[in-house]
Amino acid sequence: MLFTSYGFIAFLIVLFALYYLIPKRFQWILLLIADAIFYYCAGWQGLVFMAATVIVAWASTNLMGKSLAQQKAYLSSPSGKELSREERKAFKKEKEKYRKRIFILALVLDLGILAALKYTNFLINNVNSLFSAKLAGVDWVLPLGISFYTFQTVSYIIDVYWEKVEAEKNIFRVALFTSFFPLLIQGPISRYGELTETLFAEHKADFKQISFGLQRILWGYFKKLVIADRLLVAVTTLCGDPATYTGAYVFLGAMFYAAELYADFTGGIDITIGIAQVLGVKVQENFIRPYFSRNIAEYWRRWHISMGTWFKDYIFYPLSVAPWLLKLSKKARKSISDGFGRKLSVYVSTIITWFLTGLWHGAAWNFVVWGLLNAVFILAGEEYKPVATRFRTKHERLVGSFGYRIFETLRTFLLVSSFRILDCYRDVAVSFKAFFSVFTDFNWGSAFGNLLNIGLTAGDYLVAGIGVVMMFTVSCVQEKHGEVRELIWQRKLLPYVLFTLLTIGILIFGAYGVGYDSAQFIYNQF
Amino acid sequence: MDEILEILEGLDLDVDFETCDTLVDDGILASLDIVSIIAELSEEFDITIPARDIVPENFNSAEAMYAMVRRLMDE
Amino acid sequence: MTKTKSKVHILAIVCVLIFVAAAVWLLGKLLQPKYMSGVLEGAMTAEYYEETTNHDVIFIGDCEVYENFSPVTMWEEYGITSYIRGSAQQLIWQSYYLLEEAFELDSPKVVVYNVQAMKYSEPQSEAYNRMTIDGMPLSSHKVGAIKASMTEDEDFISYLIPLLRYHDRWNEISSEDFKYMFSRDSVTVSGYLMRSDVKPMGKLPSAPVLEDYTIGDTCWEYLDKIRELCDENGATLILIKSPSQWPYWYEEWDEQICDYAEKYGIDYLNMLPLTEEIGIDWETDTYDAGLHLNVYGAEKLGHWFGGILCSEYGLEDHRGDSELAAAWGEKCDAYHALYDAQQAELEEYGYLKSWTLGDKA
Repeated sequence: MLFTSYGFIAFLIVLFALYYLIPKRFQWILLLIADAIFYYCAGWQGLVFMAATVIVAWASTNLMGKSLAQQKAYLSSPSGKELSREERKAFKKEKEKYRKRIFILALVLDLGILAALKYTNFLINNVNSLFSAKLAGVDWVLPLGISFYTFQTVSYIIDVYWEKVEAEKNIFRVALFTSFFPLLIQGPISRYGELTETLFAEHKADFKQISFGLQRILWGYFKKLVIADRLLVAVTTLCGDPATYTGAYVFLGAMFYAAELYADFTGGIDITIGIAQVLGVKVQENFIRPYFSRNIAEYWRRWHISMGTWFKDYIFYPLSVAPWLLKLSKKARKSISDGFGRKLSVYVSTIITWFLTGLWHGAAWNFVVWGLLNAVFILAGEEYKPVATRFRTKHERLVGSFGYRIFETLRTFLLVSSFRILDCYRDVAVSFKAFFSVFTDFNWGSAFGNLLNIGLTAGDYLVAGIGVVMMFTVSCVQEKHGEVRELIWQRKLLPYVLFTLLTIGILIFGAYGVGYDSAQFIYNQF
Repeated sequence: MDEILEILEGLDLDVDFETCDTLVDDGILASLDIVSIIAELSEEFDITIPARDIVPENFNSAEAMYAMVRRLMDE
Repeated sequence: MTKTKSKVHILAIVCVLIFVAAAVWLLGKLLQPKYMSGVLEGAMTAEYYEETTNHDVIFIGDCEVYENFSPVTMWEEYGITSYIRGSAQQLIWQSYYLLEEAFELDSPKVVVYNVQAMKYSEPQSEAYNRMTIDGMPLSSHKVGAIKASMTEDEDFISYLIPLLRYHDRWNEISSEDFKYMFSRDSVTVSGYLMRSDVKPMGKLPSAPVLEDYTIGDTCWEYLDKIRELCDENGATLILIKSPSQWPYWYEEWDEQICDYAEKYGIDYLNMLPLTEEIGIDWETDTYDAGLHLNVYGAEKLGHWFGGILCSEYGLEDHRGDSELAAAWGEKCDAYHALYDAQQAELEEYGYLKSWTLGDKA
């Protein structure tokens, strides 16, 4: 059941209606049932894996929670208070050791399912090409949203281990947190502490919230159906034939892809957060107008935020304080140089984090290279900082100007769009060849002359163009004035007018359904 | 406390560390800065800062970092 | 929220819903293909509902009925009232539901089914489904036809809300779409789609060897249903194989149909071996080298088949009935006017400009 299927829309309508009709204390149970239905539609096998993940998360967190409670109870009991400082420490350490064992076991199990299902073929292929072996690949279906819900549960297990949140005793609540259906397809990867505040709560129908949620869902569908799915045709054409479409086409493809990916991804998140909002559930934002970023590091704080913070909190920070890395960095300070040693831990953790980020996006080398490129540019930006600071103080007026801001923004946009070529072509060598052809093949004339032959008509360009301008305008307003829906809300009947226009606009201009192909209608007698 | 301020000044950022208490929330300290602060703090006070303590609340101000360091030295 | 304010909101919501529904309906009307030029086959299903008088004979089937039989000839020569509920690549389940619906509106004494389409036992093409089904008004017959016909990636709801299917046509909208938004011209005369151009039959390709010559179970199931439906309604079912020379009609298929007909005591008339008796001249009586008959062939076949209907099925001569005579008089006029118009175009352009896509001539 995809977001864009008729079945899903019907599912939502029924769910929304039931949600506010049943007694409020059953609302979360209804959500759990909805999750099961949603997930079942994607194949029952997936349910087995998800159930395994839920059981692991529930059991491990409860064991850890119980151990912590015992520890606290004993230490504050009369007999515990009599212990000496050292004895207390030793007792704590022992309990911590037990929790750590459970914690590691849980991580291995949860991440093991993900790793086995997602990376077995990648591993086999690499072994095959390295040792010219001929191991057969496996034919396992990746359960829907496994990367997202696994990360979500892992963060919950870590948070319990770190004593940031308490273990949930009710397994069905853990199941709801793991499987909340709007988040399954593309996140945001939500944290237990934040999401469950509203996820498990009872909700009264709030007219404004529901209306805002519906508006956001609609805006998401507009972005996805009118802009993204339309541009997808051109992106597929251009990336599907890298031998023909070189030079200027690569540039065009990268631009189309930038718009397509943004519209698709943020549109999907708009639908997700909108659905949650109608249900009264607060989901954290995943994008803050990332294309307005002025450098790569900032871009990654504004694009797919939930993934970035996940990697930061659960990979990057723990890595950077890992004893082995600190030791290594100490050694380097002594044996190589002080400055290098200081930077070593940051470098190593950044590179490992981005390596894993790349791998998470897909089990293929193009994603790994993509991740590492990001790391290189982020670290280069860090190295360049002193130079930049000097430049800033020297040319304060220039740097403060609007033009310079545009320059920085464009530079960042072009950079991330270039990285993404690796995502388009799905092959490292082809991607680099395509990228460099932009500077060697000057076929701009023929590329622009050919715009109507890559799957889009003049009408498509017009609609997509208007759509992109609309997205850009909304982003500018958000950047300047904040929540656009609040502004609309104050204008009495304007929300209704916009709602109507947007609905009709999507119905006509959305790229959905069986594409009308008049050629198909030619009466073919043979 | 002075040691901490010295470390922070060393970052060469354009902010008053003595008064600011939204260093992380306002994005003044990026993750790379936090990691180098952690390295410096660990060395300066001979403590290990566990990953669970790397939360915005502990790094939002010099005061908060000081409190965290005190607590960790205590343990 | 105050009471008056919430009243305003409820009113606004109702207005939005009504407006959106109206827009969806109107836009669906506008964007639906009209089939008024070029591909005319899509307009045929809807025309049946304009009929005002009863028909004694209903034909169901694909192009081999609506191109090959001339109801006007049968009227003019025998006073037989007939209608061809044909459509392009009409599959047998579609024939069944169209017939089911026809029995509600009409009371035919004879139903003629052309068995050519029984070679397909699975849904084939979305485009042909649409041409057959879109013209039906919403009814249980239509729902049945949709459910039986849908190919894998089709959605039921888009048959009910045409905008969902045809929204992409905003790009190619023409004056024809506005002109025929609410009413369309007839493209057939009593279901007969006239072609008066000529393309002699040349050498036909040899019949491809098939893996399996068994007619599918689904087809037999629907043939049973058609047979039972005719029984219930007191109509005689005649199975025919129209004399089109191509696509190839295999001996093996013919035997299976013969067996079925014998088993249930139905008449089955394979016209392929009878073309000489009928008088079809493949040099002059086909417009596309033997696939379909042109008007000259259709008139010959109408003459021959009308004679059989009269003599063997005892159909009444209605020419004396003033009401029917008036209705059929109009049909005859339309028929002859259509013939003249086609002749004029043939003379002017050398091909039928308004009745074809142009490239087929």
